[in-house]
Amino acid sequence: MPIDSSLIGREFPPTPPLVVTAAEVTSFASATGSETRRVPATFPIVVTFRALLGFLEAEQVELARIVHGEQRFTYERPIVIGDELSATLSVTGLRQIEGTDILRTTSTITDAAGELVCTAGATLVHRADA
Amino acid sequence: MSALTAGTELAPQEFVVRRSDLVAYADASGDQNPIHQDEAIAQLVGLPGVIAHGMYTMALAARAVATWTDDAEVVEIGCKFTAPVVVPAEGGATVRIAGVVKSVADGRATIALDVTCAGEKVLGAPKAVVRVG
Repeated sequence: MPIDSSLIGREFPPTPPLVVTAAEVTSFASATGSETRRVPATFPIVVTFRALLGFLEAEQVELARIVHGEQRFTYERPIVIGDELSATLSVTGLRQIEGTDILRTTSTITDAAGELVCTAGATLVHRADA
Repeated sequence: MSALTAGTELAPQEFVVRRSDLVAYADASGDQNPIHQDEAIAQLVGLPGVIAHGMYTMALAARAVATWTDDAEVVEIGCKFTAPVVVPAEGGATVRIAGVVKSVADGRATIALDVTCAGEKVLGAPKAVVRVG
């Protein structure tokens, strides 16, 4: 089923806040063998992914048919333990190539004060018929 | 730590990705997409087999950058996922990450990465920008 093109420009509700705990950061870092003293640079995917799941659920798209096409994080400041992060996903583009939907999304990741921490741009490839 | 001056080639780093790593990463990231764990489902949607999360490979790239830069603050990181990292049930897949410092200006160093698996590029235009000085 192709994804509805009227989605372009739509903003989805913010995710519930994710409290960044030391345990969560350690488990994320150790899964990739990272020994950084910082919160790993790709950690905001955790909250970005929650926003993506909310979007897929709202649009009744099956996760197994999604392949990640592109991802970019641009930081306003580093993430630290104790941050409460929330992601708000918008659909910024959609094109279709032979039954495959290519969705562009932008998620803004904000802290408890509502300040922008990071912007996550993602391209998602929806393989409708394999 | 390598000197972050324009043109510096950073020593390549290699990482082995195993299926058990993908399970740990799925739990840590929340991305339980079965294509990263279940061979049958991966093939059902047209993939050659279980593939690593693209974000797993990007995390390895970030890990390499942290090592090269002595844990510098990352202000930007991104790439395209151009080819899958297929992870066999036995052993694993080896991801190789090379990098070169493209520019250093205004307190920021831009590192262009080259990320391959079995000699094939798996990330498109991978790049990280870190704060220096």
